[in-house]
Amino acid sequence: MSSIFDKFAPLQEQHAALTAMGRSPADIVFEEIISPTEAILNGKRTILMGTNNYLGLTFDEVAVDAAIEALKTEGTGTTGSRIANGSYDGHKRLEEELAEFYGMRSAILFSTGYQANLGAIAALAGRDDYLLIDADSHASIYDACRLSDAQVIRFRHNDPENLDRKLKRLDGTTGSKIIVVESIYSMLGDMVPLKAFVEVKKKYGAYLLIDEAHSLGVLGEKGRGLCEHEDLEDDIDFITGTFSKSIGTVGGFLVSNLPGLDIVRFASRPYMFTASPPPSVVASARKTLSRIAGASDLRKQLWENAAQLYNGLKSAGFELGPTLSPIIAIRLSDAEKAIALWNGLLDAGVYTNLALPPATPFGWYLLRSSISAAHTPEQIALAVDVCTKIGKELGLITLSGSKKTETGKLQVNGAKALNGASEKHPFSTSEPESVVPTGAGAPVARA
Amino acid sequence: MLEIRTHLRARAGESATIGPETNITRDLGLDSLAIMDFIFDLEDSFDISIPMERIAEVQTLADLAKAIEVLQKEAA
Ligand SMILES: Cc1ncc(COP(=O)(O)O)c(C=O)c1O
Repeated sequence: MSSIFDKFAPLQEQHAALTAMGRSPADIVFEEIISPTEAILNGKRTILMGTNNYLGLTFDEVAVDAAIEALKTEGTGTTGSRIANGSYDGHKRLEEELAEFYGMRSAILFSTGYQANLGAIAALAGRDDYLLIDADSHASIYDACRLSDAQVIRFRHNDPENLDRKLKRLDGTTGSKIIVVESIYSMLGDMVPLKAFVEVKKKYGAYLLIDEAHSLGVLGEKGRGLCEHEDLEDDIDFITGTFSKSIGTVGGFLVSNLPGLDIVRFASRPYMFTASPPPSVVASARKTLSRIAGASDLRKQLWENAAQLYNGLKSAGFELGPTLSPIIAIRLSDAEKAIALWNGLLDAGVYTNLALPPATPFGWYLLRSSISAAHTPEQIALAVDVCTKIGKELGLITLSGSKKTETGKLQVNGAKALNGASEKHPFSTSEPESVVPTGAGAPVARA
Repeated sequence: MLEIRTHLRARAGESATIGPETNITRDLGLDSLAIMDFIFDLEDSFDISIPMERIAEVQTLADLAKAIEVLQKEAA
């Protein structure tokens, strides 16, 4: 008998193969969450090294108390969208606070970061407009392109010259050109060479939208992200972001300094046709957001922790992403060994993310970890140790710790630009590698 | 067509049989990554941009040649 699910046979096979080799990432269930960096998994105390909890604020007492208070006074949910049901005071306040935080005119709140990208990009880019997106864009950006009526043109990952050529070809067309980039790319932790992109944007009078999902609270003196860090905030037209990483809850937003942003609400289906964030979520997001600007101690700790993990794994001989960032990914070309390493780490009590093609650049198998300010040096040292031990057992690294080429040849175009972006890296103790992966990426978008 | 074929051969391997009716994904075993790189090659080579909507409509080499021809005309 045929089934409607038959078409998913390849997915089913992959899931089954992963399960047969240990476990499937989708089946991981934490029985108990102990802290931002520890949980119980199958009865075992496990260090969490893949949660995007950059500042470790998920248990922040002030934010937790505010959420409890909001639950008690305003209830468990808003039960509808703001267009249909009206806004709560907290929604308006949070938007004002976001705009103030970024020093921009206005902000629009969305229910998730995914919806913020979907809603912002699809609304901003209309029928006669052009979307120019990075090849390595997050799934939410790719999905936004499907929802938009605009023409979508991809440029090579982190390659402003390629974008320049594509904009040049659009000379004489009347529609708006909207460039979409991400500050820190979620799979390898590499950064956009923002200055070069800003120059191209100015040259052609295009708009620039940057998704600061992984850099809010992480980069910049006041934690506003890469735009602040690179001193380019005046040149950015739109910023999208999420509360699901450093803010430690759920929700998304669009901010801009352009007058008249508010009308986007009425043109944005992912804003209009979904329930607004519940009061408890809004309350905790407000508390945590208010901490970000003053959290330079946490940022310093975060980057020190990132350097410890990055340098530890690198000197063990693992191939990592091109630049130090709080996203640290081990690149592997052998599927079975990647899966074995991931399982071995879990058995030893270290949780990371297993990322598989086509959601990864170059068809690599990635063991992706995201570091937190809340990790202790001991936790990181333990993770490096078990990783090194298992890596040696699997023959991924040699005993002396010298590099064994696992990933084959890399393309080097765009290396200059990318290194440029990493130059000003705060607290960076490690030189960026000279070989930089650029030029390609999965058309199916990153997870 | 010859130029497209050269790029395709570079991605699919020397032994691949490539004709106008060759289905680019199904017959050549190219994954989505390889296709994307192939499209970038073509864009450079023909000095055109191929929007994603157009790529979605392409199945065979002949479709692709036709799409490129149209895009070149539009650009001229
Ligand atoms: C670059 C990027 N943008 C957007 C999102 C979506 O954020 P959210 O989890 O709030 O939907 C994510 C995280 O998944 C991301 O990595």
